[in-house]
Amino acid sequence: MLIFELSQPTRRNSAQSPRERPEITDIPQEFLREDQASLPEVSELQVVRHYTRLSQRNFSIDTHFYPLGSCTMKYNPRACNKYAMLPEYLMRHPQSAVTTGQGFLQCLHELQEILKDVTGMKGVSLTPLAGAQGEFAGVAMIRAYHDSRDDHGRDEILVPDAAHGTNPATATMCGYKVREIPTDADGNVDVEALRAAVGPQTAGLMLTNPSTLGIFERHIQKIADIVHEAGGLLYYDGANLNAIVGKAKPGDMGFDVIHMNLHKTFSTPHGGGGPGAGPVGVNDRLLPFLPIPIVAQEGGQYRWLTEQDLPQTIGRLSANTGNAGVLVRAFIYARLLGKEGMIRVAEFATLNANYLMAQLRSRGFDMAYPQRRAAHEFIVTLKTLKEQTGVIAMDVAKRLLDKGYHAPTVYFPLLVPECFLIEPTETESKQELDGFADALAEILAEARQDPELVKSAPHTTPVTRLDEVKAARELDVAWNNE
Amino acid sequence: MPFIPHTESEVRAMLNVIGVDAIADLFDEVPEAIRAQSLSFVPSGVNEMEIGRLMTERANKDGLYVNFIGGGVSEHHIPAVVWELTTRGEFYSAYTPYQAEASQGTLQLLYEFQSMMASLTNLEVSNASLYDGASALAEAVLAAVRAKKKATKVLIPTTIAPVYRQVVDTIVKNQGIELVELSFSEVDGHTPIDIVSQLTTDDVAALVVPQPNYFGVLEDVDALTNWAHDHGLLVIGLVNPIAMALLKPPGLWGEQGADIAVGEGQPLGVPLASGGPYFGFMCCKQKLIRQMPGRIVGRTVDTEGKPGFTLTLQAREQHIRRSKATSNICTNQGLMVTAATIYMALLGPDGLHRVAANCHANTRHLLTSLAKIEGVEKLFDRPFFHEGVLRLTQDPAAILKALEAQGIVGGIDLSPHYPQLGNALLVCATETRTDSDIGNYATHLERIMSRRRLDPPCAQKVAG
Repeated sequence: MLIFELSQPTRRNSAQSPRERPEITDIPQEFLREDQASLPEVSELQVVRHYTRLSQRNFSIDTHFYPLGSCTMKYNPRACNKYAMLPEYLMRHPQSAVTTGQGFLQCLHELQEILKDVTGMKGVSLTPLAGAQGEFAGVAMIRAYHDSRDDHGRDEILVPDAAHGTNPATATMCGYKVREIPTDADGNVDVEALRAAVGPQTAGLMLTNPSTLGIFERHIQKIADIVHEAGGLLYYDGANLNAIVGKAKPGDMGFDVIHMNLHKTFSTPHGGGGPGAGPVGVNDRLLPFLPIPIVAQEGGQYRWLTEQDLPQTIGRLSANTGNAGVLVRAFIYARLLGKEGMIRVAEFATLNANYLMAQLRSRGFDMAYPQRRAAHEFIVTLKTLKEQTGVIAMDVAKRLLDKGYHAPTVYFPLLVPECFLIEPTETESKQELDGFADALAEILAEARQDPELVKSAPHTTPVTRLDEVKAARELDVAWNNE
Repeated sequence: MPFIPHTESEVRAMLNVIGVDAIADLFDEVPEAIRAQSLSFVPSGVNEMEIGRLMTERANKDGLYVNFIGGGVSEHHIPAVVWELTTRGEFYSAYTPYQAEASQGTLQLLYEFQSMMASLTNLEVSNASLYDGASALAEAVLAAVRAKKKATKVLIPTTIAPVYRQVVDTIVKNQGIELVELSFSEVDGHTPIDIVSQLTTDDVAALVVPQPNYFGVLEDVDALTNWAHDHGLLVIGLVNPIAMALLKPPGLWGEQGADIAVGEGQPLGVPLASGGPYFGFMCCKQKLIRQMPGRIVGRTVDTEGKPGFTLTLQAREQHIRRSKATSNICTNQGLMVTAATIYMALLGPDGLHRVAANCHANTRHLLTSLAKIEGVEKLFDRPFFHEGVLRLTQDPAAILKALEAQGIVGGIDLSPHYPQLGNALLVCATETRTDSDIGNYATHLERIMSRRRLDPPCAQKVAG
């Protein structure tokens, strides 16, 4: 049932809307709307019941184990939400003078300093609105750096073949060509291929470490040297920062510019697909190019740095100040953890991943990189299962929903066949991991005894498998009262 | 340990299963030389009571002000239901609906959102949101340039907020796209068709048309749209979603309607929150849907023929197309859209109309009241909506500072970006301002302007 189907003409919620309905007499008819928009006319209770019921048709961290690889679906502490939603923070207009928001700006300034400390970078801008926008800012800074040196021949960004899709898409948005670097048998970047690929055309390399294969890139120092010697810069995609936070710093690995996903490592809510926040950090040579605004502290007062302070900035990425409320939540989370807690994040995320990997291996699952230690996530390949039973990774993923677990990331990275990328995160208990391992083992047995049961899953969700071809061919993306 | 459930005996059991002695052994693939020594700035952890105290202290220091600032972001009453439901864990802690069967709640809500936005703008399709209004405009510019394959320029009026033009420039310049800025009439604050009609349209993909514009002034959207279409350009409408309850929607501009509509979604149930998170929206004609960036939800059926919802047209997106995607956008602003959908459902067409009409009536009242003060005049004698510009005989920055001491944030000083307008101040009064708020603003402004001292300083600053 759609909310529109509950609608009855003239029904309205008088307690929620303004008392008066002033006549508009000073705007000529040519500017005015003649009809009214097709918004639903429903009561408050109808709204509450409808959207409460819809919410119950979701899996979420609060209701289910959600081991979505590369997304760091960990518990979002309630205190972060509660204290970010104090009225003084919520009611403040972003164009108000900084004198009306010193407490708020202090939180942001301290968050900048915390992120510098954690990543080993020299400067941080909180302004990018999501990881992909952080990537954009990072690559735009690489471009601004080369331009500032009149080094105009560098038109290529290198990206490992295992990278997130946002990496090559970002390079294109910044006007670069993309060249992919292959992965070696151990899951590392193929160093010889990299050496052959770099040259005077190389603007930079984008790298995630630990990589999207769930393993630490052991040759990182060598990779940094190769890229730097060719005159390129090294970009760190912080998608997997949760694996190393407090244990190793991208700045020490030789990265020049990084972005962080606060909705991952700093546990701000994923919200059904955002909002995120994608702060960027840089080393000395990229400091002048950071996106604005940035919070500065001068004589105990906080203010925004603008174009006047940073004339070489790549510019602004949003109309206001970045996703301020997300930043405040991340600040609260960082303070609740503290320095000891932050190191434990990486330790227990890694412990959980390696434990779950061992449990699955002992239950007959194949690891994509069995010779390697898991970082905070790892890859299972179901290639053998497919060959033996015809059951594919997507079938197993759907059957997991029946068992009460959200599926891991499936079919990513693209270079591992029939893969699951599994990231348990540090906030899950041993019992939850054991239950998940048992559920996957049950599905393995089901696939061998009754493959149809798995292939036709899910059976217990509000809908069964959806016709995606029909969705794309007979596009229905808006209700139109028919 | 905060947010980590493991007991010591569990840790020992887990290490045994892995076959290592200590957690530190799990990091043996990290080269010794790059292992972090320690964190130097991050302080020790605090508990919930302590962080609550700290955040409350800082909030109290900031205090609460009576707000007369708009500029594309505005204060509205947000019904209690909106955030009670939005912060339910099932919405708050879910992610992008990759597993459609386990995400029907979020997916149906997004479909309802798309339907509401398409209806508000009178266009056929909507996406599931972008980051904010300014980045949505940038994405619309990119979409228009993709659609008009050989063109590289876009016409953008300077009656669009300066910061929007800056953001668009940041995002599109590396792809060789040029923004051609259009001047405006300093007499009535709009983009006259006779300025536009003198422009060459070679190599131009689109014209951006704001309604209302940054000054609150209404543009001649029909004439501008017709001119653009006559010259083979696409039209990108930049609109305030609340205004759409009252003003002609972009899909009905001119003979053929605008092709794309974008804007800042914040007025629809999202708090000001010092700058975000907000959301951007984008709607377009069906024929442009494959140029649209971001998530799109479609309605389909399951294997039993039951209706259901799924992400669709994913072949446009970065996780499939990689370097050939329409945009690098991945995460958008799902939770804000949850709030906006619930807000629009609660208010309905009549409620939204009342909000829009009260915003307009209050702004008109504010402009009239303030313009009576000696040294204050209203600029631009043209129809407006929701915001307006005043010219003062004194420096707006100093006046705003004096108002702030009285607990009033009084508007945006336009003089740095629009020096040709003199001491111009952009003001706004939404449905949340009362007659007494407006009267109070007028009283203080008059006192400040005349340098009389009717009240002792700081007497009315609300201490929070």
